[in-house]
Amino acid sequence: MADIASTIPDAAPRPGSLAAGSDRLRKRRRAELRLKIYGLSAIGIAAAALIALLSTVVFQAGGALFSTYFDKEIQLDTEFLGVTASSDPDVIRRADFDGLIERGLEERFPLATGRQERRELHDLVSGGANFELADHVAANPDLLGQSINFPLIGSDTLDLYKQGAYGRLDRQPVNGLLSVSEREDGNLDISTSANDFTDALRQVKAQLYVDADRLRRQASRQENAIRVYGERVEAAETDEERSEHLADQDLARERRDALIAQAEGLEARADGAGGAEEVDDDNVSLLIKAGGGWMRLTEVNRADASGEMLTRVELPIEDSEAWSFHIMAMPESNRPFSDHQIAWAETLDEAGLIERVFNTRFFTAADSRAPELAGIWGAVVGSFWTMLVTFSLTFPVGVLGAIYLQEFAPRNRFTDFIEVNINNLAAVPSIVFGLLGLAVFLGFFGMPRSAPLVGGIVLALMTLPTIIIASRAALRAVPPSIREAALGVGASKVQAVFHHVLPLAMPGILTGTIIGMAAALGETAPLLLIGMVAFIVEVPTGITDNATVLPVQVFRWSDFPERAFEAKTAAAICVLLTFLVVMNLVAIILRRKFERRW
Amino acid sequence: MTDVKIKAKDVQVYYGDNHAIKDVSVEIENNTVTAFIGPSGCGKSTFLRCINRMNDTIDVCRVEGDIRLDGEDINDKQVDPVQLRAKVGMVFQKPNPFPKSIYDNVAYGPKIHGMSRNKAELDEIVEKALRRGAIWDEVKDRLDAPGTGLSGGQQQRLCIARAIATEPEVLLMDEPCSALDPIATAQVEELIDELRQNYCVVIVTHSMQQAARVSQKTAFFHLGNLVEYGDTPKIFTNPEDSRTESYITGRIG
Amino acid sequence: MIFALFVFVPVAAIAAFYVSQQRANALSSATGQRLHSRPQHHGMHSMLWVMLAGWGVLLALTVLGETLIHRILIGRVSDALPGDGPLQWNLVLSDARSIAQGTVASSTDMLREQIASSFSWMNATRLWVTALATIGAVAAVGWWTYQQITIELRARIYAENMIRRGLALMATVAVLTTIGIVLSLIFETLRFFNAIDWQLHKFLFGTTWSPLSGVFEGEMDADKVGIVPLFAGTLMITLIAMLVAVPVGLFAAIYLSDFANHRVRAVVKPVMELLAGIPTVVYGFFAVITVAPLFRDAGAAIGVPIASESALAAGMVMGIMIIPFISSLSDDVINSVPQSLRDGSLSLGATKAETIRQVVLPAALPGIVSAIVLGVSKAIGETMIVVMAAGQGPNLTGNPLEAMTTVTVQIVALITGDTDAKTAAGPAFTLGFTLFVMTLLMNMLAQRLVARFREAYD
Repeated sequence: MADIASTIPDAAPRPGSLAAGSDRLRKRRRAELRLKIYGLSAIGIAAAALIALLSTVVFQAGGALFSTYFDKEIQLDTEFLGVTASSDPDVIRRADFDGLIERGLEERFPLATGRQERRELHDLVSGGANFELADHVAANPDLLGQSINFPLIGSDTLDLYKQGAYGRLDRQPVNGLLSVSEREDGNLDISTSANDFTDALRQVKAQLYVDADRLRRQASRQENAIRVYGERVEAAETDEERSEHLADQDLARERRDALIAQAEGLEARADGAGGAEEVDDDNVSLLIKAGGGWMRLTEVNRADASGEMLTRVELPIEDSEAWSFHIMAMPESNRPFSDHQIAWAETLDEAGLIERVFNTRFFTAADSRAPELAGIWGAVVGSFWTMLVTFSLTFPVGVLGAIYLQEFAPRNRFTDFIEVNINNLAAVPSIVFGLLGLAVFLGFFGMPRSAPLVGGIVLALMTLPTIIIASRAALRAVPPSIREAALGVGASKVQAVFHHVLPLAMPGILTGTIIGMAAALGETAPLLLIGMVAFIVEVPTGITDNATVLPVQVFRWSDFPERAFEAKTAAAICVLLTFLVVMNLVAIILRRKFERRW
Repeated sequence: MTDVKIKAKDVQVYYGDNHAIKDVSVEIENNTVTAFIGPSGCGKSTFLRCINRMNDTIDVCRVEGDIRLDGEDINDKQVDPVQLRAKVGMVFQKPNPFPKSIYDNVAYGPKIHGMSRNKAELDEIVEKALRRGAIWDEVKDRLDAPGTGLSGGQQQRLCIARAIATEPEVLLMDEPCSALDPIATAQVEELIDELRQNYCVVIVTHSMQQAARVSQKTAFFHLGNLVEYGDTPKIFTNPEDSRTESYITGRIG
Repeated sequence: MIFALFVFVPVAAIAAFYVSQQRANALSSATGQRLHSRPQHHGMHSMLWVMLAGWGVLLALTVLGETLIHRILIGRVSDALPGDGPLQWNLVLSDARSIAQGTVASSTDMLREQIASSFSWMNATRLWVTALATIGAVAAVGWWTYQQITIELRARIYAENMIRRGLALMATVAVLTTIGIVLSLIFETLRFFNAIDWQLHKFLFGTTWSPLSGVFEGEMDADKVGIVPLFAGTLMITLIAMLVAVPVGLFAAIYLSDFANHRVRAVVKPVMELLAGIPTVVYGFFAVITVAPLFRDAGAAIGVPIASESALAAGMVMGIMIIPFISSLSDDVINSVPQSLRDGSLSLGATKAETIRQVVLPAALPGIVSAIVLGVSKAIGETMIVVMAAGQGPNLTGNPLEAMTTVTVQIVALITGDTDAKTAAGPAFTLGFTLFVMTLLMNMLAQRLVARFREAYD
């Protein structure tokens, strides 16, 4: 064969020196680098997604950390309430504490007289505060007639305002002296000795452009509609249809023209040099604090303005230095917290009557329709009962079933079938288990809806394949020599398995179980179908009570329109994730500690 | 004919904290079959894997010392292990054909190194490699059949052909016959003897008979040390070191 | 009370264990003969029987009793309030239960008070019957096994056979679950198909999905149950998810298995596990709060209208959810490609990248394909992300920037909606059945692929 070797043509120059890298080699190395970069960026993307997700949750949850309370003295007026210390506690509880609280606020802010304003004033306090006060007084009837300090929980919008969710009340620098006098029609004439409102005027005009833009966008949507109706007119088969579409088209045209006219009007106002500008509730809010109260500007020029009182102001003010000027950038119409409410909140805050305290209620209360009252304790307890049912079913059944399949089952068609079955069951979408629960446990067995019992059973069936598969793997990892040794000293097979194999496999089984339980704890979809999505205000006390669970609570809250629920949702997720992380950590520690290499 | 192909000096290998190879220095000659023998775990395979830097692929493994191929330091920073391995081919203990056709198994090396300009040239390279691997006659009619479908001995000769196809200068063989039956072993040994004409062959073997049959030079390793190195007949008939003697007479191993 | 009984049974069983063990001991020392089985086996034998009898009776009577009382009382409520639906009846019943148990009911009236008093005595009777029957069964069976103890009794064999049978029974629970799923889905599905006169082509190929509009109880309009828009949405979202998850998951797996040193792996693996452990409802929240607004604003900035509930946002987030799934399954397969193949390739002078592309990946291909198939199956069956972030209205479009709905969203909408449960059940369970069949087929395909891979390398 030597002859063949010697006749090999040099198909390519053989690499000479080891160190001399050819172009080809550099290309190959670049290809390798590319693959490496793809891999790293894939990991980067995964990590970035995780970070984005967790930071979203934590950032949002920050809003639920504190809640706002009124630390205001309350006069428990027996006359007003119509009860005395000797009344029956149930009667005391039904007394008009709501009215008492509202009366207190109205006395503090006597300017609030209109229906709308009074409602806004009452809305500073949570709808649940009067019940808490009632319960407190009913439990201590001796307090009646006294003046007590009882923290009243503020409403969700007040809390959001205090958090700065609607933006900050920006204090503007002022140089001039302020004069305010009342006009005949009740409005105020406001002026400064310097052009202190110049910047505010600029912002007001800028906001006009923003509004005009919004109107023009709406107009372009109408433009679209005009086009679509035009197409329909073309495609219409009967005269009737055609005239109908033509009418619609005309209507859209009218709307478009109106919107554009409005936008042009706003732009013209904004373009107009100088001059007083009207400040409506679609524009920024300009607030002045002076003379012991708050005013709002309704028309503004560089140095003078018209305005109205929000809270009582001592008039007239002449060339006063003691004033401050504030701008709230978010227009009043865009926030559920009016200028009046801002003025009241700021007044109370200045008097030291508002405090923000750590939100312990969130961890001790059950669900509520009011965000400031809602807590997760009910859901946590519901999750506990559900997991209790799940664990006590799935763990014994799963482990014992795995023992049978791994240690005792004869190799035949039926056990093969069971095995295929378990693998398939592991991949069945969780929502299908919900349908199973709905049809079998609620429909056929007539078990109670919304109960941890049914939820637990459904989740147990869902988790079962995971636990069987993990337990079998753990049992398989125990070397046959252990079984042989036990059988060799005369133990029966059952004894060999339960005395020797199972204890050795236990850490692995527990790890698998914890991971399965963690998955069950985070599961939502099947529980929606068996009614665990109901609104439940009481903490469940057993497995047949109505209950909800943490992930379902998250889902419910995320669906509510109140903005304050966003923070509650995120906070509930934090609690859920904490449980899951702890469970997973335990699993990892178990695995690390007992991992055995045979 | 006694030009030195590989020159190793004071080579140390560590697996984590384990000092696996200690102060090994050896000069391996071209166109010669050199056998590394020694009891299990003596480091002979580890040392073999240093010669084409296959130990780079093991995270915890650290190699020190100086190994030169034709006078060039193979552990130099400038050296790309890819290029080194093209020059120093390797055959493993267990036949490891790729799950591809016989043709693709052999053509793989030439393709990645760009050794052919067209299909015809590649065909030629493959045929030559298979001929030199002494397996051409058995597989020439089924080049498209999967390499994993061959018998153990055929698989190993396919792997040798695969290694030859990239035109290496050195061929490292890590117990190439340990997974083969006696007949296949005989065929492979015959092949090794023929390969000596063109290559520097280094073979790690467990079997002293095999070393005696195929090699001209023999190195005896014990506990990570190179105990004795010399002409094969001398090592087997008149060893200098008592440990070598104990090993070849079967007292340690 | 039930709980006390539940605890009483094992306590009694343990007592039976000791009593029987004692008797066996006494018997053997009295007669001086060697027992066939060890005393503890006799004890075990008694214990197992007592446990079986006690819990069996307890469970049977509890389920039976609860169901019976529920049926009777609901019957009465429905007679009293024929105009209302099952929802109101259940409400009345649960109020009555609350009254009977002395807790707060949503309202009280004559009917509720009456039902409450019936419930009180029925429940009390049930509890007493259950308690007496359970204790009786425990005592009888305990006495029976006690009497059986003799020198020759093969107690160990009997006890171990009981254990084996018990274990086998546990193993069949999984099969029973599957049977339960199939049965519970198939009845409603058949009823649904009957309601549309078996016009399956209209179900499979119809393009209008609006099963509840203008239909009366039990009826279906075959022209409004076209599943195509739901499938279009499901497939679009799945496709987007896989476009995210497959490249990212696969490249991450490749990097982890062949490039990363153990320190990188020690960091990245837990990150992946953490991603995998996050509940889907959290991903849904993430999609709604962060990703969807981001896309919408980005679209608005460049003048492309993107719906708040776009398929794109839901699909992207679902893709993120599936990344760890694909990566850990692929990582497993890539790792189980034998090192000898890698060595073979590297020793020929191939770079790592060439080795991966030309040797490792082709070898691992069946396993990777199976991982992808499982990922698709998971995406199709995923519910919470789409319920929260995808649309509710069926929308047959090829534009991923619009809102689209999915099969799972419709199931949830139908079941949790305000509509009459009976009417909604048909389409909902039929969708569930379709989903079940699809995922089952995919899983079987995946298992076959993995089996082929394992055959080659294990």
